[in-house]
Amino acid sequence: MATVKSLEDLKRLKEEALEKRKARATTGKAQVIVGMGTCGIAAGARETMKAILDTIETGNLDGIVVTQTGCIGRCEWEPIVEVLAGDQPKVIYGKVTPAKAQQIMKEHVVGGKVVSEYVLPA
Amino acid sequence: MRELALHLLDIAENSVAAQATTIEISVDEDRQADRLKLAVVDDGRGMNEQLVARVIDPFVTSRTTRKVGLGIPLLKEAAEICDGYLRITSAVGKGTRLEAEFRRSHIDRMPLGDLPSTMLTLVVAFPAIHWLFRYRVDEAEFVFDDEPIKHELGDIPMSEPSILTFIRETLEQGVAGVQTEVSERIA
Repeated sequence: MATVKSLEDLKRLKEEALEKRKARATTGKAQVIVGMGTCGIAAGARETMKAILDTIETGNLDGIVVTQTGCIGRCEWEPIVEVLAGDQPKVIYGKVTPAKAQQIMKEHVVGGKVVSEYVLPA
Repeated sequence: MRELALHLLDIAENSVAAQATTIEISVDEDRQADRLKLAVVDDGRGMNEQLVARVIDPFVTSRTTRKVGLGIPLLKEAAEICDGYLRITSAVGKGTRLEAEFRRSHIDRMPLGDLPSTMLTLVVAFPAIHWLFRYRVDEAEFVFDDEPIKHELGDIPMSEPSILTFIRETLEQGVAGVQTEVSERIA
């Protein structure tokens, strides 16, 4: 069996995260929501979610909350990703492939600039 | 859907929607008996007999955004074409157990797929739920319980980069460990 990571490792990571939190200026928290109904999952939402989590890991992006939601009734646009960043109103993106998800993370969630070409038509 | 792991993600979403506080997902492979069994067990609001019968039918859902729920019928069909079955036992106010079994070697059996990604997605996206994952192949077993991790983390979110890495690697190594153990036993 491979060496399973221990709670000791976790304790250390927690201390580091606490330190980072202290050092961080109170920037606006961002929330990213991925649609995970049957429609979303069938359209590839887990891979989209994975790309978002990978971007957080590789870019060392802290302060981003990632959650999911069920079917919002616009299945033909799945995978759907909603972004709440800063004081801006919620932005809903459609047909978000892993590559588009990475772009949205970099330009919108980090950079604060909405990627208008992927925004879901109202 | 192309993976059993995606079906598990989909079925677990039903448990979340049923307001479960603890959800256990298990994959049990018995190579001798040539069976592969999936189970999702929750302590959510449960269903009466009529509703259980209806969710197995494609044109039923408790959701209001769309009138058709397809997750359970899709998995049922996938299991049945592989000499298996899908069974739901549920009690109102107590919870629901969904089991799907396949003949492991059946040519049409979907691959297990990316189990760690399914688990990571659920653990990170629903931190308020207590998640238990069990993956077993014959005697080799990996059990993941997110309770000790959350207890240690306190109010630090799971989506912090270093914590994500920790959970992802724990899941990936655990699942890979079971598969290595089994292949070493064959060798």
